[in-house]
Amino acid sequence: MKKIFTVLVLLLAVSTMFFVVGCKKEEKGTVKIAVVGPHTGDLASYGIPTIKAAELVVADWNANGGVLGRQIELVIEDDVCKPEVAANSAAKVVGEGVVAVIGHICSGATKSAMGIYNEANIPAISPSATNPPLTQSGDYPNFFRTIASDDAQAATDAEFIAKTLGLKKVAVLHDKADYGKGFADFTVEALKGLGVETVLYEGITAGAVDYSAILTKIANSDAEAIVFGGYHPEASKLVQQMTQMGLDIPFVSDDGVKDDTFIKVAGEYAEGVYASGPMDTSANPMSQKATADHKAKYGEDPGAFFINAYAATIALLNAIEKADSTDGLEIMKALRSNYVDTPLGSISFDDKGDAIGVGFAVYQVQNGAYVEL
Amino acid sequence: MNKIIQEIKKSVLSALWLMILTFPIMVIKVNSYEGVVLWRWKNLMWIGIGTFFLSWLWRFLLDRKENGPGESKPDADRDGKFSLRKALGERKVKIPTLAVLAILVLAFPFMVKFYQVGIMTSALMFVILGLGLNIVIGYGGLLHLGYAAFYAMGAYTYGLMYLYWGLPFWAALPLGAVSGAVFGIVIGVPVLRLRGDYLAIVTLAFGEISRLLLENMSGFTKGPEGIAQIPRPGFFVKLSLQGATTYLFYICIVLVLFAIFVIRRLEDSRIGRALEAMKEDDIAAQSMGIDLAKTKLITFALGAVWAGMVGVVLAAKTTYINPGSFTLMESVMILVAVVLGGTGSIPGVILGAFLVTLIPEYFRALADYRMLMFGVALVVMSIFRPQGIIPRVRKRYLVGEDKS
Amino acid sequence: MKYFLQLVLAGLTKGSIYALIALGYTMVYGIIKLINFAHGEIYMIGAFTALIVGGALQITTGLSPLTILAISLAAAIFFSSGYGVTMEKIAYKPLRNAPRLTALISAIGMSLILQNYVLLAQTSDFLPFRSMIPNFPFLTPGKSLVTTTQLVILITTVVVMVILTLLIKFTRTGKAMRATSQDKVMAQLVGIDINKVITFTFAVGSATAAIGGVLIANHTGQINFYIGFLAGIKAFVAAVLGGIGSIPGAVLGSLVLGMTESFGAGYISSAYEDVFAFIILILILIFKPSGLLGRNEIEKV
Repeated sequence: MKKIFTVLVLLLAVSTMFFVVGCKKEEKGTVKIAVVGPHTGDLASYGIPTIKAAELVVADWNANGGVLGRQIELVIEDDVCKPEVAANSAAKVVGEGVVAVIGHICSGATKSAMGIYNEANIPAISPSATNPPLTQSGDYPNFFRTIASDDAQAATDAEFIAKTLGLKKVAVLHDKADYGKGFADFTVEALKGLGVETVLYEGITAGAVDYSAILTKIANSDAEAIVFGGYHPEASKLVQQMTQMGLDIPFVSDDGVKDDTFIKVAGEYAEGVYASGPMDTSANPMSQKATADHKAKYGEDPGAFFINAYAATIALLNAIEKADSTDGLEIMKALRSNYVDTPLGSISFDDKGDAIGVGFAVYQVQNGAYVEL
Repeated sequence: MNKIIQEIKKSVLSALWLMILTFPIMVIKVNSYEGVVLWRWKNLMWIGIGTFFLSWLWRFLLDRKENGPGESKPDADRDGKFSLRKALGERKVKIPTLAVLAILVLAFPFMVKFYQVGIMTSALMFVILGLGLNIVIGYGGLLHLGYAAFYAMGAYTYGLMYLYWGLPFWAALPLGAVSGAVFGIVIGVPVLRLRGDYLAIVTLAFGEISRLLLENMSGFTKGPEGIAQIPRPGFFVKLSLQGATTYLFYICIVLVLFAIFVIRRLEDSRIGRALEAMKEDDIAAQSMGIDLAKTKLITFALGAVWAGMVGVVLAAKTTYINPGSFTLMESVMILVAVVLGGTGSIPGVILGAFLVTLIPEYFRALADYRMLMFGVALVVMSIFRPQGIIPRVRKRYLVGEDKS
Repeated sequence: MKYFLQLVLAGLTKGSIYALIALGYTMVYGIIKLINFAHGEIYMIGAFTALIVGGALQITTGLSPLTILAISLAAAIFFSSGYGVTMEKIAYKPLRNAPRLTALISAIGMSLILQNYVLLAQTSDFLPFRSMIPNFPFLTPGKSLVTTTQLVILITTVVVMVILTLLIKFTRTGKAMRATSQDKVMAQLVGIDINKVITFTFAVGSATAAIGGVLIANHTGQINFYIGFLAGIKAFVAAVLGGIGSIPGAVLGSLVLGMTESFGAGYISSAYEDVFAFIILILILIFKPSGLLGRNEIEKV
């Protein structure tokens, strides 16, 4: 008992020190916006482009006098894409007094954080969380996103398979994760509506060293194509092993695969792969400017969801300006009622929080690059 | 003088060796898409300089550890010097300290920003998990690598029962404890014959199987999509976010105290002594008339109860659960907390759990370096404090002598 | 029948992949009774070294692919062994007489260090690992059965296993290893330098991991800093399944595991392949508590 004591006393002393150090003075006069997502760990590459996008937009606006005549300040928090960490990060940014959030990146983390934003009446705009219930269930009234949901994406893919490729039987695989399985499930449903039969539906183990067993199974079924829900590392292993064993059928996948890293990693095996992704915006002058700014500042091409995050930040700042207030409810009303020009085109948000005017298209890898079909 | 030259020689050799060893990974960076090779010679220099000094320090510390620092003895109590531990043991000091401590803990949520309360609650949850695993490892001597399964059991008990029957938090908490215990026994029965590392790997397997089943049986458990919108506990009325967070903090404090109380009672009980005997030598224990099967099952059940309860608290705190929160890494981290703090020692485990949760939390600024530093800390701590930071003090039973 | 054969070959491939990593696991365990959690990381470092050295050579010199393969494989073996030996010196040697759990924590720490070291010094992204083994033309007609890399992996596993078994059974060093494994104190008394023997074991175990790293990366076509963790767990399961400490056991265990996963995926569902793998582990350990080829310890009081 004595020891427990000693420890508790020491711990309390140490933690009090942390809190004293941690409590900085509030900076008055700035409008605070949080950017939350995975900034360290294995999913960091999905979260960091969002910070860069927000920083670029905010730098632009601040140079032109900020919003509501006040400067904008970003509060950046890491949630490593884990629901249990996201709850703490959300509480932290709410405690910092932010008026709105850009994020989170992963759907699971978003769900756990939204409860806290709902309580605090703070809107959150995600550039990447595509899980349909986030908008469709009505449980997250403060949630907005600048990316289309998984079911919209699945519908695009299904239509492509049924109409453009004209196939009747497919095998559907997924990586047993939130995003991949959601996409696979919606695709199966959409395909059914179009009269395409799913002859095989299975989860695969992400990170496994070999997929020959499941590919053999597909080769022995009468599937005319493989639909895969998941991310590029598994997709590139699948396509490589397909080519090596001579399984030559179309491979159709999702936005997790429509990533240049996929082409880099899979190399020659990537040729001919179909993947859906947000509609090409490279012709949009704002999008060109955003990309050029990114190159000028960071010396490289922008990463995943950069354009979506850029659009989200613009939409948010515009809504604050239009609402003429930093009150969460006012901002949300403004988000829903105003169209704004972004790199994604002119967008607004519907009642559920999905962006109007944002959709998906199907791409194919041709000569080492994704080409919109 | 000669010694110094020798030391310099050793350090130079270590530095050279590490420079060679880390050469490909630290110096060369190949960008095969653009056909560019980046040579980062500066890194090599840093490795050399760093290793030179660090290896010196390392040898010095190892030497000190082996030959003893010379003067100050580890057990300062007997020297008559001031000792925090001793001072706290005295009644005059103990009661006021306890009172101050209690007030500080009670007032904590009102003294700090509320996200700190959330973080502290996470840390306390980890403390309870550590205390629970400590029963299995520290007292029973059974290496368990699937502890996160019990944690998942608790979380899903609440999640699923809320989803299907709308069960409230307070009904789920005891049910979580029960389901944890039942699951502990279910896993325990097939592994009764196994010991040591074989036991470890089988518990690991059970842990992974449970997670995979949660993932695959998506019709029932909602699979990887997870269960969302789990309510936070209410206090007669629905609480605000701040209120609910504070409430969960107090619930965790009570659970920690309850766990400490139960474990301390356990130590003195028949079961506790049976565990002790089993840990030392199971065959000898058996021949002394201890029912090994029963004792092992009780250990598993007693350990799992806490994880079950913390699982319920987790579901209530994050309002969203999915199988991804209960991976092998989670089990490993709880194990790390126990061993780092001091296997079998309650204050050690508490400290270990705080370190494992709060260090990564407060060292966010180190970004990607923090996991590296965490790894270094594990290695260094294992080598210099192999019994844990606060090693266990065995109870001594004195015969024929008054205890006081 | 063809489908059955295909699944057998898929299982054999997977099994041999696990075996290449499990061999090192089992050797280290055999000698110091430590679950070397960081062994998977050694395998990852082997693959990374080969990628870096191979890539640098390809860009800066005009050597033929086979020469590059040979050099990068040699580099991978050298550096992996170096990391293995150094790791033992730093993190495990001071803990020889400490509680075994503490050594396990040190191994977990080492695993985190190596993962994050590669993450920070190189990248967190997946990197392509171009196959360096040219396709064997005679396999082209049967490529739906077995591909070139699969065949190479199968043959290498068998060769490595045979060499290791011979090494342990018939050489002086092998004898010293067996003696050290059975009783360190006695081994020292009869004049065996156990430090040297342990260093040697780590070197050989890491070298097999490096060979595994290069071949497996050839097969999967990609690597990142995290591949070692997942592969390490599977290899550990395989080693225990076969009877940890036994060389043929590690290979047998790996093949059983690979087959189970392959048939589970082929005839039931690939979503459950890991579940089948773990269930077979539990079943075997329940009926043979020290693994398929593990020695039963005689218990004394």
